[in-house]
Amino acid sequence: MNAGDDLPQLDVTPDKYLPHRYAGASGDFNPIHIDPEFAKAVGLPGNILHGLYAMAQVARFASGAAGGDPRRLKRLSVQFRDIGVPEQEITVSGTVKEVRDGTAVIDTVATQGDTRIIRNAEAEIAV
Amino acid sequence: MKIDTSKIGKTYSPFTYEVGLEKIREYANAVGESNPVHHDRAAAHDAGFRDVVAPPMFVVVYSAGAMGPAVLDPEIGINLMMMLHGSQEFVWGEPVCAGDAITTRVELKDMREDDGRQFFVFESVSTNQDGAETARGTWTNIVRGG
Repeated sequence: MNAGDDLPQLDVTPDKYLPHRYAGASGDFNPIHIDPEFAKAVGLPGNILHGLYAMAQVARFASGAAGGDPRRLKRLSVQFRDIGVPEQEITVSGTVKEVRDGTAVIDTVATQGDTRIIRNAEAEIAV
Repeated sequence: MKIDTSKIGKTYSPFTYEVGLEKIREYANAVGESNPVHHDRAAAHDAGFRDVVAPPMFVVVYSAGAMGPAVLDPEIGINLMMMLHGSQEFVWGEPVCAGDAITTRVELKDMREDDGRQFFVFESVSTNQDGAETARGTWTNIVRGG
């Protein structure tokens, strides 16, 4: 792994009921994630993805780049920006920013179409 | 609303979460973590883990019980209806396995106003039953139009 390398892209399409399963798994039952009518009443297009679900996809991408060993993911920092929605493909992509002392720093972004749902994401993985 | 920065440094009661094997599987299934070390005890042992190991982002599950009272603290006065999760950082240490008991402590590290928005920054530090740090989180919440 060298600075400038592109990493294998991760594509995942959360299905209609994914926010319900993630709510159960995480304990976050905020109605904006599971109740389309409530979400519309507060100005959203419908129920939206949990930001931390999207962050989990970036974590999966980063540990995948490190060979799939969860111990190799040392740090992950993200900014949540535009909202993510179910039933639309998420693409996580990234490049190696630098490699030093056995650690690679990777720059990552997660998009749905033209929308960047996570940006300025930076991960450190042991290589 | 003026924010009361005298609360910076406030700490909250520690919360201990007991990690169950089926909860790890449920979480791993929800986020698409298909690596057998998150599902199968023998695979986890073969990879050198004490038991089935949680995906790194499982930190949000075991720290939720400590974060909730901090975010809801009336002394800080976050307007939840206008709150956005702005940014998040985790630094991971010792892996978390089924059977662990993880204790998380939360501190309000910063609060400030910038350009009509309020920023609330919490730090969570989680340790396992042996005192080893498993994760340190920095949670930045933004309140619009505060």
